[in-house]
Amino acid sequence: MPKDGSELSLDGSGIPMWLTLELTYRCPLHCPWCSNPLDFEKFRNELTTAEWKRVLQEGRKMGSLQLGFTGGEPMLRDDVEELVAEAESLGYYSNLITSGVGLTPDRLKTLKKNGLKQIQLSLQSSDRDITNALVGANVFDEKLAVARDIKAQGFPMVLNVPVCKQNVALTRDILELAEELQVEYIEFANIQYYNWALLNRAEFLPTREELEEAEEAVIETRQRLGNKMAIYFVIPDYYDSRPKACMNGWGAIHLTIGPDGAALPCQESRVIKGLEFPNVREHSLDWIWNQSPVFNAFRGDEWMKEPCRSCDEKEKDHGGCRCQAFLLTGDAANTDPVCSKSPMHGVIEACINETYDRHRVQRPLVFRRKGAITTEFLGTGE
Amino acid sequence: MNDEIKTGINEDSIMELSPMYLFRWEEPQQAHVLLYPEGVVKLNETGAAILKYCNGSNTAADIIRELSEIYTTDVSESVYRFLEVSHAKGWIRIKS
Repeated sequence: MPKDGSELSLDGSGIPMWLTLELTYRCPLHCPWCSNPLDFEKFRNELTTAEWKRVLQEGRKMGSLQLGFTGGEPMLRDDVEELVAEAESLGYYSNLITSGVGLTPDRLKTLKKNGLKQIQLSLQSSDRDITNALVGANVFDEKLAVARDIKAQGFPMVLNVPVCKQNVALTRDILELAEELQVEYIEFANIQYYNWALLNRAEFLPTREELEEAEEAVIETRQRLGNKMAIYFVIPDYYDSRPKACMNGWGAIHLTIGPDGAALPCQESRVIKGLEFPNVREHSLDWIWNQSPVFNAFRGDEWMKEPCRSCDEKEKDHGGCRCQAFLLTGDAANTDPVCSKSPMHGVIEACINETYDRHRVQRPLVFRRKGAITTEFLGTGE
Repeated sequence: MNDEIKTGINEDSIMELSPMYLFRWEEPQQAHVLLYPEGVVKLNETGAAILKYCNGSNTAADIIRELSEIYTTDVSESVYRFLEVSHAKGWIRIKS
């Protein structure tokens, strides 16, 4: 949920302000940039309704305020309505993050009545064929119908568009579609390269020029529409010389609970090997947040190595993303290699060079499906 | 009909909270907050005092009168400044 460009004016002061519940990893779509684990199908041991309610109660007691229901596709659970009602009675601001599939007018009506505040709908392009090809399912028409139903119920709506080579040239058309749908926010979310997205990175990463052209469409639309529609667009960190302040720091304001009850400092953190994530089935949220080794592993700056340790920007970006550091350099305590000061920045440059290589061998996209790949030899320990 | 209304806030302007914002007291923060999709703004005491009156029935002049009484000083300049900023950020809109 912590997206590039989202506004945050609370320091959190040690409180998990943002609580994200991944209700399930099941999903009717097969997006090749999915942030869920590569072995998603092994997480069948989902928390029960009563267990999720206990998480909500404990979180609110600690001061959690923004709540995201996500997945997988959260609407595959039949208790979303009940959990929204519980969240509302506890005083959360509830957000639903959905593909839209299964979000019928009846369910929308109940969600509204039960206190859901806003809906973030994913949309991959303005073109039916491209969208359907990108998500591996014929859902474009349903998504548009759902977008209209969401507005008809009076929800504020964020359209979330994952930006990749396959849709970046459609930015202007996508903006026009968003305007027609009367969405309040549209977020061009750069694909973040973990899990499935990392498998497909070479096919996804747009060139700097493609991104600049897209940004021009964004700037023009902003000028034309003013306050009517907020547009978030940030150049991907691969093209930046400094890393993103990922999650505002590890264990600073974000707490994610996976379908199996694992407490995660962010939705990607399972990619870091060697961390034993505490589970809400065994521990209180208070202990998990304040005492558990995992949530303290990268808090503050004691864990930092050079060049972060002596860097005068460490307060600002916290050394970047731990998951990216682990995946691309082999050690989560290393500087995020996106940073030009990182001794391993070459891994990012090599990746960008590949994007520009005209002799690159194109590969087919790997879609998120059970059996599409094997994680047997990765030693993930799951 | 009247294009002038769009450009600025004057003493007759009536403001209301934009529909996607939720304004309320948050006990753990001991502060008023504005909640919106994917965001939170923690308000200081005076900001919260002004937003409380942006309810679709008070004019800017009404807000200034109320707050000048509470704070026993002329607050018109800071009220206008806060209203302009809130309007630019999209927190409030001009009803009429």
